[in-house]
Amino acid sequence: MMQIMEGSHAVAEAVKLIKPDVVSAYPITPQTHIVERLAEMAADGEIDSEYVCVESEFSALSVCLGASAAGSRVYSATSSQGLILMAEVVFNVAGMRLPIVMSIANRAIGAPLSIWNDQQDSIALRDSGWIQLYAEDVQEMSDLHFLAYKVSEDHDILLPSFVCFDGFILSHTYEPVDIPTQEEVDAFLGPYNAYQMLDAKNPISMGMYATPDYYLEFRYENDAAMVRSAEALKVAGKAFGEQFGRDYSGLVESYKMEDADVAFVALGSICGTIKDAIDEMRENGVKAGLVKIRCYRPFPAEELRAALSGVGTVAVLEKNISLGSAMKGAVGPEVKDAMDGTGTAVFSYVAGLGGRDIRKRDVAAIADLALKGEGNMFYGLREELI
Amino acid sequence: MALNIGCAAPPGKSRDNKTGSWRVFMPVITKEKCTMCGNCILLCPEGCIVEVDGYPVIDYDFCKGCGLCANECPSEAIAMIQEEK
Repeated sequence: MMQIMEGSHAVAEAVKLIKPDVVSAYPITPQTHIVERLAEMAADGEIDSEYVCVESEFSALSVCLGASAAGSRVYSATSSQGLILMAEVVFNVAGMRLPIVMSIANRAIGAPLSIWNDQQDSIALRDSGWIQLYAEDVQEMSDLHFLAYKVSEDHDILLPSFVCFDGFILSHTYEPVDIPTQEEVDAFLGPYNAYQMLDAKNPISMGMYATPDYYLEFRYENDAAMVRSAEALKVAGKAFGEQFGRDYSGLVESYKMEDADVAFVALGSICGTIKDAIDEMRENGVKAGLVKIRCYRPFPAEELRAALSGVGTVAVLEKNISLGSAMKGAVGPEVKDAMDGTGTAVFSYVAGLGGRDIRKRDVAAIADLALKGEGNMFYGLREELI
Repeated sequence: MALNIGCAAPPGKSRDNKTGSWRVFMPVITKEKCTMCGNCILLCPEGCIVEVDGYPVIDYDFCKGCGLCANECPSEAIAMIQEEK
């Protein structure tokens, strides 16, 4: 049913329909409204989930790890410093192949302290073995949770997922959103069926110590599951589309790419601004297009290469910085790698860090820079401050 | 043997960990010098030297190559040889 709803509440409604056995999270801006609403639902008996209050994010994800190992469907949510505090557990969850889904309301990382949006938090954990999905609008941020559980819990995959969305820009924005019925969600997800669990009658240890004779192969298996998850995401995204009318079969999504001379690549809510900017740029004779990355891990190199084929210049908008790297942003080098040998020029532009707005005219200015061959730089620096 | 998903293991799985792979130096007993005193069997911290037909025999699956046996052997019958792997 279509409703006008705050992004965070749309996520809470999705989680309610997913029916996790255990929810554990620690409130942090801008994720707070999600867990506040879920705690309210648990207190009011609207959901049967065990809501475990903890004293830190490290404990929150540790509770989730234990609950998932014990055979439960599990949900958590965090942001920024909270995710970084969880980091050790984040890697363990992936290595133990526990299909936990966690919402990330993307926020900058300190120092300097900032509560505002960029994507540094989840991108800093790109190598942790979690699937990473990025939403452009409130509808997508709700929908991607169903998709994430479907793929994570697949016994051929068994990897945890981040569902990422820009803090405030999406988490605190009211938009019309179609929330499916319980019957529809049950039909799509099916009942949770744990692959293995801690059971006193049939004891196992999980997350065991591996000597040098075994460790490399465990990491290989982790990566192989990540590779398989790309196809699983496409299949589940297509099935979701057939059932709910919103197709997520592509790991990337193209906008006006048919005749584009210059293409943007970006993740998250900025894609909406870029689309509007592209419409204006085209009125001024600049043939621009966009390839939105919905799935950052596994990295959709083949899909990007196909979507960007024939484009002369690519501008990657980065809401993150890989300090000290040649291209500045973390996404750009992987896009460049995907385009290796095609002759397409790929540049990164670090913009919008710590909540600085990226406006339509900024997008157009970045296209101009890319077409002039100027890139791998910060965009929009206030020169008077440096 | 395929790996268990999620590094999961049933009880007793540690027996499969052949810690002998950690070894850099390998103890080798020269039977002619051995006086069958049994010191090496008693002192091996891994308990991986056992008596067979009156002589010490080393279980190389678990010997980590610490060299205690060679150091303590009163008749210097144990040499530590660097292994090529």
